[in-house]
Amino acid sequence: MNPQTEIELAEAIAAAKGPLRIIGGATRAVGNPVVGEAISTSALTGISLYEPGALTIVAQAGTTVAEIEAALDTENQRLAFEPMDHRTLLGTSGTPTIGGVVATNASGSRRIAVGACRDHLLGVRFVDGMGTAIKNGGRVMKNVTGYDLVKLLAGSYGTLGVLSEVSLKVLPKPETSATLKLHGLTDTQSVDALSMALGSPFEVTGAARSDDTLIRIEGFAASVAYRLAQLKVLLGRFGDMTAVTDPAESQAIWTDITNVTAFAATSGDIWRMSIKPSDAATTIAALPIGTQTILDWGGGLIWAQTPEGTDLRTTLPAAGHATLIRAAAETRAALPAFQPENPTVTALSQGIRAKFDPRGILNPGLMG
Amino acid sequence: MNMPPPDQSILSRKAEIVARLQSVLPKNAVIHADSEVRAYECDALSAYRCPPLCAVLPASTEEVAAALRVCHEMGVPVVPRGSGTSLAGGALPTADCVILGVARLNGVLETNYADRYIRVQSGRTNLSVTGAVEAEDFFYAPDPSSQLACAIAGNIAMNSGGAHCLKYGVTTNNLLGVKMVLMDGTITDIGGAHLDAAGLDLLGLICGSEGQLGVVTEATLRILRKPEGARPVLMAFNDNEVAGACVADIIKAGVLPVAIEFMDRLCIETSEKYAQAGYPDCEALLIVEVEGSPAEIDEQLAVILAIARKHDPVELREAKSAEEAARIWLGRKSAFGAIGQISDYMCLDGTIPVSSLPMVLRRIGELSDEYGLRVGNVFHAGDGNMHPLICYDANKLGDLELCEAMGAEILKLCVDAGGCLTGEHGVGIEKRDLMTHQFALQDLEIQMDLKDVFDPSWLLNPAKVFPLMSSASRRIAAE
Repeated sequence: MNPQTEIELAEAIAAAKGPLRIIGGATRAVGNPVVGEAISTSALTGISLYEPGALTIVAQAGTTVAEIEAALDTENQRLAFEPMDHRTLLGTSGTPTIGGVVATNASGSRRIAVGACRDHLLGVRFVDGMGTAIKNGGRVMKNVTGYDLVKLLAGSYGTLGVLSEVSLKVLPKPETSATLKLHGLTDTQSVDALSMALGSPFEVTGAARSDDTLIRIEGFAASVAYRLAQLKVLLGRFGDMTAVTDPAESQAIWTDITNVTAFAATSGDIWRMSIKPSDAATTIAALPIGTQTILDWGGGLIWAQTPEGTDLRTTLPAAGHATLIRAAAETRAALPAFQPENPTVTALSQGIRAKFDPRGILNPGLMG
Repeated sequence: MNMPPPDQSILSRKAEIVARLQSVLPKNAVIHADSEVRAYECDALSAYRCPPLCAVLPASTEEVAAALRVCHEMGVPVVPRGSGTSLAGGALPTADCVILGVARLNGVLETNYADRYIRVQSGRTNLSVTGAVEAEDFFYAPDPSSQLACAIAGNIAMNSGGAHCLKYGVTTNNLLGVKMVLMDGTITDIGGAHLDAAGLDLLGLICGSEGQLGVVTEATLRILRKPEGARPVLMAFNDNEVAGACVADIIKAGVLPVAIEFMDRLCIETSEKYAQAGYPDCEALLIVEVEGSPAEIDEQLAVILAIARKHDPVELREAKSAEEAARIWLGRKSAFGAIGQISDYMCLDGTIPVSSLPMVLRRIGELSDEYGLRVGNVFHAGDGNMHPLICYDANKLGDLELCEAMGAEILKLCVDAGGCLTGEHGVGIEKRDLMTHQFALQDLEIQMDLKDVFDPSWLLNPAKVFPLMSSASRRIAAE
């Protein structure tokens, strides 16, 4: 099904006889496999409002991320949460949509400084499991009118409703950016360096570790130069470091981190662990032999490429969780993609799903 | 403002209810004498008052759970209360309710600078969260004007903002986790020191739910390193609309100030008489603050001042010292108190798209003439969060009602301009009956469905947020 309007979307869902598999750009095959009739938002397109002076954009859910970014580019603005493009890592070939970004709360390296997609999402329109069109939030930065379903819908993977329109806060692009690379650090040293940088007043907007430990600065040219110099002094005890000051070269580093390019076309399973940064080194040390890792968010996000069929959750620290992002069919059948939560949270989440989708037809089972 | 009539069967069981609460709480944690419960009869929306049945002041999560279990079993409504600074009546009692105050839950449980968070009990005041970490040069970013008094519990309930949220976001953007007690006494953790949820973002739903889904007893909050410095600049204009246009141009230019505050003539003159900040004689005044090292501040202010000069300012004043910076902020920070000196007032909280600022200001001026009530405008211009202060005379029969009617028109205007009824104060009772102007029936029904999930018996703060007509069937069915 490929509804052309929100009304058609609502009619299609109301008339559905069985489970629906909801598709935006079909690039983010994350979650437990869903069996159901495909329903796509790809025909719900177009930017309905863009006000650069109010830092707001409103678009239909099926609008491509590329179209949004092109529009923002003309005003020298951007989606500051740096949405991840899953195509590289998952080997998918569709075209990412803004609805897909929101439904998966896809947020990149800059999340550590400016927040996730959910923090930039101002409003949503969606159709629930009974075919009712609902709106929540709006297009203003501050809004506490009624319950915040906007956050709830972000990252709900289509299990509460099918998004038809989203409204997002945008931010100005900085004049330039640079990346400081620290070489040859252990995991413990790396997270220490990232914590020190993030705990400094120098407004770090990226804090990651692939081969090198990486720290990003953005802003006016003089400001970037100043903060880079200050960070070099601050982090002096971590030894050897180099700076990438060409903005395009610097951004390329962060696009690769955000999109986990290093694990593209590799074998093994891909996990995404959300923990507190100071637990990163011990968490990594407990991973099975042969595991490769990338750290982002100052160490609070670990991407792990593991031997096939390993359950990482057995060694995870108490505060945190792991999501299985990419694996063979038998592993996905054996391990839930999303980590089960405590019984009270699980019961509340089930209760919420039962209200939004009483027939259980929206991406059933995708989140567990 | 209507509230549901108190349940007579609860009023008649007061002695029994108090005894049950006393049996699970320390003796001094249950307040039930008529003279003492009066302390809880209102919050900062003091036009409305009603003493509660009794109040409890638990000192631990377990005591909160014990109190809620008793109320749940006995079918008694509970109104959670932080510090009672709500401007929307969020903590207004009903005669048949138990006030659950979190004031005794005020400890710091953990500070972690490497991971940049603090875990506190929810009764701790906003400013004292920063107080606990500022020796290490850290701070907690959301800064509501009431931050000296307001509790984190209330900040979470209302998703409070502040002057600096243009850069740092509001409570929901700085909240990592909570420990929460459901109405039936179940204790649960949601979120934590890590950044995102394993499943559905329940934390995002709880923040801003106005104490209707659960009682938060602990919060994990993001803390940030203080900037190297901050400096405000004052800009005076002879036209509200020109000041509004200047705000939009600053935002578009690629500098993101931490705060852009707006004051109109009534607020300027009144606060000037009260606080003598030395503000210029003008129609509209902007205070723009930027952060960074001295050189970075110079560079950002140069961009901002160049934009301001294109808008024909009456005066541009850059703070050259900490003392001058304090004077620039003095008048703004005194504005509410200054208006309070000359008149009773109602403070609104509607938010609009920044682009609609000139139109909305003009229309508020027209409404002020039509109603014959003066309105001062002082607000966070960068994010469109307006705070019109409508002056009225509480001793004049009918003036409060007139003021409320005008307030309702202004809030509807905000919604019609593409904005919303409340940007940071919450709905409470104040904007409850206007919700149908912003939301369609189905938009409200799904929100009330969520309350059904967390609190099926509709005992937690039941008469708030939703129009009484809309929630009546659920409240009655739950009895």
